[in-house]
Amino acid sequence: MSEQNNDEPKTVNRRAWLKLFGAGAASGVLPLSGAAAEDSMSGMHHAAPKPASAADEPVPVYAFLNGDEAAFVEALVDTFIPADEVGPGALELGVAVFIDRQLNSGYGRGDRMYLQGPFIEGTPEQGYQLRMTPSELVRNGILDLNAYLRGKYKRTFDGLTEEDRIAVLTQLEKGEIELPTVPTAIFFYLMYELTMQGFFADPLHGGNKGKASWKMIGFPGIGEMYADKIEAYRNKKYMSEPMSIQDLL
Amino acid sequence: MATKLKPVDIAIVGLGWAGGIVAKELAATGLKIVAFERGGPRATNPDFMAPQVHDELRYWRRHELIQNLRKETLTFRNDPSQLALPMRQLGSFLPGEGVGGAGTHWSGLHWRWTEWEHKMYSGTVAKHGRGIIPAEMNLQDWPVDYHELEPYYDKFEKVCGTSGKAGNLQGRKIDGGNIFEAPRANEFPNPPLTQSHNMVLFEQAARNLGYHPFPVPASNASRPYVNPDGIAIGQCHYCGFCTAYGCEANAKASPHFTVIPLAYKNPNFEARTNSYVMKVNLDSRRKRAVSVTYLDAGGREFEQPADLVILAAYVFGNVHLMLHSQIGKPYDFKRNTGVVGRNYAYQSMGGVAALFPKDTYFNPFMGSGALGTWIDDFNSDNPDFAKLGFIGGGGISSGSNSGAPISRHPTAPGSPRWGKGWKKAVVETYHRMTTVGNQGSVMSYRQNYLDLDPTYTDSFGRPMLRLTFDWQENEFRQMEFAADICANIAKEMGAEQVLSRRGRGRYSIVPYQTTHNTGGTVFGDDPRTSALNKYLQSWDVSNVFVVGSSAFPQNAGRNPTGPVGALAYRLADTLKDRYLKRPERLVSV
Repeated sequence: MSEQNNDEPKTVNRRAWLKLFGAGAASGVLPLSGAAAEDSMSGMHHAAPKPASAADEPVPVYAFLNGDEAAFVEALVDTFIPADEVGPGALELGVAVFIDRQLNSGYGRGDRMYLQGPFIEGTPEQGYQLRMTPSELVRNGILDLNAYLRGKYKRTFDGLTEEDRIAVLTQLEKGEIELPTVPTAIFFYLMYELTMQGFFADPLHGGNKGKASWKMIGFPGIGEMYADKIEAYRNKKYMSEPMSIQDLL
Repeated sequence: MATKLKPVDIAIVGLGWAGGIVAKELAATGLKIVAFERGGPRATNPDFMAPQVHDELRYWRRHELIQNLRKETLTFRNDPSQLALPMRQLGSFLPGEGVGGAGTHWSGLHWRWTEWEHKMYSGTVAKHGRGIIPAEMNLQDWPVDYHELEPYYDKFEKVCGTSGKAGNLQGRKIDGGNIFEAPRANEFPNPPLTQSHNMVLFEQAARNLGYHPFPVPASNASRPYVNPDGIAIGQCHYCGFCTAYGCEANAKASPHFTVIPLAYKNPNFEARTNSYVMKVNLDSRRKRAVSVTYLDAGGREFEQPADLVILAAYVFGNVHLMLHSQIGKPYDFKRNTGVVGRNYAYQSMGGVAALFPKDTYFNPFMGSGALGTWIDDFNSDNPDFAKLGFIGGGGISSGSNSGAPISRHPTAPGSPRWGKGWKKAVVETYHRMTTVGNQGSVMSYRQNYLDLDPTYTDSFGRPMLRLTFDWQENEFRQMEFAADICANIAKEMGAEQVLSRRGRGRYSIVPYQTTHNTGGTVFGDDPRTSALNKYLQSWDVSNVFVVGSSAFPQNAGRNPTGPVGALAYRLADTLKDRYLKRPERLVSV
């Protein structure tokens, strides 16, 4: 949790929140859950850019992440891929919603992983050997990291300045922070991969809103047929309005 | 307690290319055939329909068409001194699941192996003497040569509508085709696919350097085609969703719409999907298979008696069933005896990434699975083994397969991996990066093998298969040699920067490399070094045949599906012409 939130009401539901602060305040960045504890307010304080038409943006509803976790994931994806002059950031593209859905899916619950023991630490070449599903790993990793940050900064990740968030992620990437439950490298790369997946995946899965990342790099979407173009466009830029799965249904 | 079913004539385990071809070819016999497939039924409609099938997250990252490890996986270690641990997540290779098997999600590179690639031992000894073979290397010949397989290679190309250009037509070398290929009786059924920009550059660069580039034989059809069985194959759209995906256009040949529907022409053919075969049961003398035990989707156990059992699962499935059913002598690494699990091999995927000047547009999203230009100048036995210090070779190529951006968003070296500046780096690089790859052969060694794991069991309670594998000196030398060739070609193509990953790291099961696993139920002429005779028949249990790349004594520097199909067609002929007329041991010991 972030310290700034201590004065917020102890519980609040989504409707009451909207009534109190107006839909414009709940601008696609707020991790609201039905019975939010004080921690769930933390999302409102991070430095995410607001979408231009914030009033029209639906409030993200998280099915898996609790308020603390949602605040963490929102701040994380916003740090990994911030909005800048090149294009929109991961947060406004719905990457936190993507991650929430993935963690709540069969993938997140490890439905295609072998999760029987004995669990023994192997060599790097032998790959993942933990008992945890991806969802459990993320949950425990967030608890681990926020506990560490409370000790060091008196803040959870979402309450840190942008500069400090970048510093923390850099330390995680370099393995300079040791987490008690979840190996740092595994946690870092899982969050990194999930962020990249949400940023680039078909919008069907909740991220990459408006196919913004595809437009940014010049990927023409998933509905193109190039039999008559592959020769004509040799070493030529090919432009088209990208289509997603939903666009073509 | 297993429910015992009414006997059938033939039980086939696995319904990919190998099992599908055998089932189709035996349809005319009218024999009662049951094929068991661990995954579900698959049809182009409804399973591979656009736009949903163009979902990179679902198919590439979440492995929709791949083996479910929760049910069945293997353990892995690099060497016999280590404790093997389970492969808990998919990585290095992606075995298929469901009707069509890996044939639904392959790329479509459709090769004939060269004459030497079927006779690696005798071909190498004839040229260089025995002394060139390292002590630990189990170099072995196939018990059949290319010429015996040629009609089957030909047949399989025609069934798939393979697109390519002959380089050796009945001994006549043809420029623009692969002049190093073995002589073929016929031209490819379809002309080559259209080249992408990087392929044009690769072809010119290779020619400049004195090499012999040619289009990769692709079972992605370059034009609409009706195969000799009357099956319509669509024209490839170059949509860029091929490897790991099913094809909505039926342009990528797959058993689910070619051979398998024809197996149903036999009113006595039945496919039981979502059915895991646990074991082949033998008679009390352990000389004859009497039945297979399997579980249906609900976990109910059945025993299916059969006169003939054909194992046509993926490499690991075939070896696992042989070991678990105690068919043939298991390989014992310590004593270097036994045959089942011996001679496991893999393939090395190396090469370079090449960054071209600003305003270069490779349009990586315009592509198909097997779209590539290739050279064999350093493949097969074309390299001078004595001079270079390795046996084997690699195919070197540049292709255009997919631009789907979860998996492909390269950045130039030194760019940030995230945060400010990362997006700029991706945008600047996406269109101007390509690759020149090496697909290297891997020999078989005493210390690389498959056996049963002493600790871990799968969800059915069976001991898991244990994979022991690492790269060896011979393969490192091939990879390093080829990386230099790849780098030179990339420079000649006009690359601004050539990025090569170097290092002699151990084999890791974590990153995806290739689903070209081979060996474990090798076929040969000597029962001391092979599990199967030259007809793919178990030396020990004569009514068990095994077909697939598990029969390959070692791996070549090219894809395995072509010879898998050829072996399956040959097996069908063996059964029709010989075994079914007189069911007996086809080679005496």
